[in-house]
Amino acid sequence: MGAVLRAAWLIAAKDVAIEWRTKTAFASGLVFAVLVLAVLFFSRDPTVVSSHDIAPGALWVTFTFAAMLGLNRAFLLEGELRGLDGILLSPAPRSAIFWGKFGGNLAFVGLIEAISILLFVPFYDVPIWLRFGELLLVIAMTTVAFVAVGTLLSAMVVRTRYAELMLPLLLLPFLVPPLVGGVQLTAGLLDGRPLSALSGWLKLIGAFDVAFVTLAALLFQVVLDE
Amino acid sequence: MRDRALRLAGVGRGITVLALLGLAGVYVRALKYTPLELSQGAAQKIFYVHVPAAWAALLSISVCGLLSVLYLWLKDRRIDLAAAASAEVGVAFGVVMLTTGPLWGKPIWGTWWTWDARLTSTLFLFLLFVGYIVLRGVLTDPGVRGRFSAVIGIMGLVLVPFIHLTVYLFRTLHPAPIVLKPSAPSLPSAMLATLLSSVGVFTLFYVGFVMQRYALGLLRELREEELAGAAR
Repeated sequence: MGAVLRAAWLIAAKDVAIEWRTKTAFASGLVFAVLVLAVLFFSRDPTVVSSHDIAPGALWVTFTFAAMLGLNRAFLLEGELRGLDGILLSPAPRSAIFWGKFGGNLAFVGLIEAISILLFVPFYDVPIWLRFGELLLVIAMTTVAFVAVGTLLSAMVVRTRYAELMLPLLLLPFLVPPLVGGVQLTAGLLDGRPLSALSGWLKLIGAFDVAFVTLAALLFQVVLDE
Repeated sequence: MRDRALRLAGVGRGITVLALLGLAGVYVRALKYTPLELSQGAAQKIFYVHVPAAWAALLSISVCGLLSVLYLWLKDRRIDLAAAASAEVGVAFGVVMLTTGPLWGKPIWGTWWTWDARLTSTLFLFLLFVGYIVLRGVLTDPGVRGRFSAVIGIMGLVLVPFIHLTVYLFRTLHPAPIVLKPSAPSLPSAMLATLLSSVGVFTLFYVGFVMQRYALGLLRELREEELAGAAR
């Protein structure tokens, strides 16, 4: 167990170090978040629809596309220089590879989400700090859901010639439950409803997390199997 | 091996012809000998195609999911071919289901589409299996193709209840179950008989199609092996 954790940490730290030096996820995430938030802001008639009404949707659309960007990048990196083969040849336990990539991806997506939120508050004038703790919980749970599935799927699509096209195609159906839940919970929280009134959604995302993190960790071994 | 595949394809073709005759019978029965529904009129007749197609699509996708689990366990390439055949046939039935549904929805609901639990879950499941087929197309190594498609098949099986629950928490407009429910079916017996015979016919179609598609997959693999042998 200790060896798995240490190897997973090393793999995640490697990805974070690459990001620290190149800043590609940070830069592309920043530009991307501004783009999506601005497009959605100007797509409505300001005299009819208030920016508060579209705020939860705008936030999650930004998160989704930004996360896709991060996930694509994480495995393309391994694919290009056959880094994954290097990891496979190393004495690291197989299960550590999933947790390492999962942790690295969580860090990427979390970074892009943090940037999006920082931009979201002034652009949409939403007082998120009133319910910040609960909102953070919702965002974390939803992010875990799609990063788990995304980590597994991106390890598969990187072996094909059309990785950038295949990932959204395969990932999209899996995003429906966590995403709809995330938007509903965010909207409810920003409307000032108590978390207990929204427990159905919270349970749904929680169950999705448990089911798909487990499944992804197990099936990841099948994907790596040579 | 080749002869067996060809024989299988022949049997599959025979079953499909039988199903086509049955379908003609179902049409005649549904249009001429089944009473008109009181509030929906003739529009309700599409029910006898839509529901059986939905059944066949669900059957194909469940079979694909179960075969995927079995493949990862036994690693037999024929199981992978059968799972792929089932998925492809399922997508075909899915197209029938997703086109007949809106055709009925427009006059009866007043809208082509609604984001209700059943519609949404079948749509995304359909898209997932389109992805499954595309993924198979871009993978060339049979071992990798088998493993990766099995992973998608299994994930799909687990995803269905989640999508269903999601939209259930949202709202629903789709007609409630009238046949497969805890109490007795609330369908007049003449309509039920038509529906059930149509379900039978569509199941026959499913079997015929899958047998042919599976045989085709086998023949294709044989041909690829021959070509690889000739190249060597």
